Amino acid sequence: MNPFSLRNFSIITALVLTGGFALAFFYAPLDQEGFIQKIFYLHVPLAIVALLGFLVAAVHAIRHLRSGDPIHDARSYVSIHLSIILGVAVLVTGGIWAKAQWGKWWVWDEPTLVSFLIVFLLYCTYYPLRYAIEDRERQARYASVFAVTAGAFVPLNFAAVRMADPFIHPRTFSSAGGLPGEMLVTFLVCLVGMAMLWTALVRYELASKLTSARISRLRRALEDEPASSRPSRIAPLGDAGPARS
Amino acid sequence: MSAFRAILAKDLRVELRTLESLPAMALFALTSYVLFRFGLDRETLSGPLAAGVLLATVLFASLLAVNRIFLAELEQGGFDAIRLAPVDGTSLFLAKAAALIAYLVVLEAIALPTFSLLFAVEFSGLLPAAGVLLMVDVGIAATGALVSAIATNSRARDLLVPLLLLPLLVPVMIGAAGAIEPLLGEGGPSFEGAGRWLAVLGVYDVIFIVIGYAVYDFLLED
Repeated sequence: MNPFSLRNFSIITALVLTGGFALAFFYAPLDQEGFIQKIFYLHVPLAIVALLGFLVAAVHAIRHLRSGDPIHDARSYVSIHLSIILGVAVLVTGGIWAKAQWGKWWVWDEPTLVSFLIVFLLYCTYYPLRYAIEDRERQARYASVFAVTAGAFVPLNFAAVRMADPFIHPRTFSSAGGLPGEMLVTFLVCLVGMAMLWTALVRYELASKLTSARISRLRRALEDEPASSRPSRIAPLGDAGPARS
Repeated sequence: MSAFRAILAKDLRVELRTLESLPAMALFALTSYVLFRFGLDRETLSGPLAAGVLLATVLFASLLAVNRIFLAELEQGGFDAIRLAPVDGTSLFLAKAAALIAYLVVLEAIALPTFSLLFAVEFSGLLPAAGVLLMVDVGIAATGALVSAIATNSRARDLLVPLLLLPLLVPVMIGAAGAIEPLLGEGGPSFEGAGRWLAVLGVYDVIFIVIGYAVYDFLLED
């Protein structure tokens, strides 16, 4: 059994995530914030994974620019897409936490929230940018340039916003060392589970995109070619491995 | 280097002869001041509010220039000419960024004195603020040259420039507002904590110049 096949990977992801949330509810102790603090095990992994996803997209974009292989562009696109979806969840869960903690859905003197929002808004422009360019190859190249630029912007933006305000957000990495052992273990399981969820979803979307691209190419080949030459045209295409998106 | 000089000289000469961008930017800045005057209902400004009005005005006026910096290339086939000529993307990027810096410096030479006149802001604070604005200009120019090249070759050019540029410039605004705010304080300029804000601006400028340097060739390919 190959644990990395998409099916098995999905099952393992579901197990790890369920286990992580079970730990969060039944194993991790309550702290002085009370029950609302449990959202920490969802919100923080979501945010970390979304931001890492943006950086992964930048790495794929660099590889695309260097090699010109459209598969890297597809990976970069899918990474950004799923990180944006997780980003929506981060903003929603962050708002819920802020409402419980500070009584307001949105807090401006909260650097981590604000910088996440800026990064999120920047990445939202990826779609209008991409679809405003008609030529497919140029579209892929410009999208990659955007992904590289925005990827470099992520850490820079966090540093700048963080400097602008005194810190009141619970800091994950510096406070992780001070977490009780049970909470730290739970948090790490949730983080790994969330990273696996992101990876699994990326693989699903990528598989779907590549397959539909391949189907439409096969269909085009079927329509274009006269009946006599069909077998010889389709066979090599069918064996060509992952189709170019 | 000669390509850089040629493109920059061409851009500045075109601007001097047609005056397409600069008067519009200056007029835009003045109009913004009037709008801020009534929007904020204040006749004098100081501290954070003064820094905010000044920076927002410069930022939005700069959008006009960023939108137009590649217009001549697009409309009159300059891109094809540059692709044909033995010019690499880097020279084009640096020349366009330098032209943007020149526009912004001229804009600020008009916008700063009028700001001082209209909102009774002391010159003693505006002089060091002009230095900070120079670092802001470099950041806007590097990011703007990059964004403009991306947006120019798309269908939604005027739409994409502000959408892409504004979030990218948030760190510049944070750094500049932090540095300028104490300079325009009511009790006269103070230089407290300016160093770290200038460091933010400096790091931003360097990073975006390096990015533009690295990726510009990919934007020129056809």
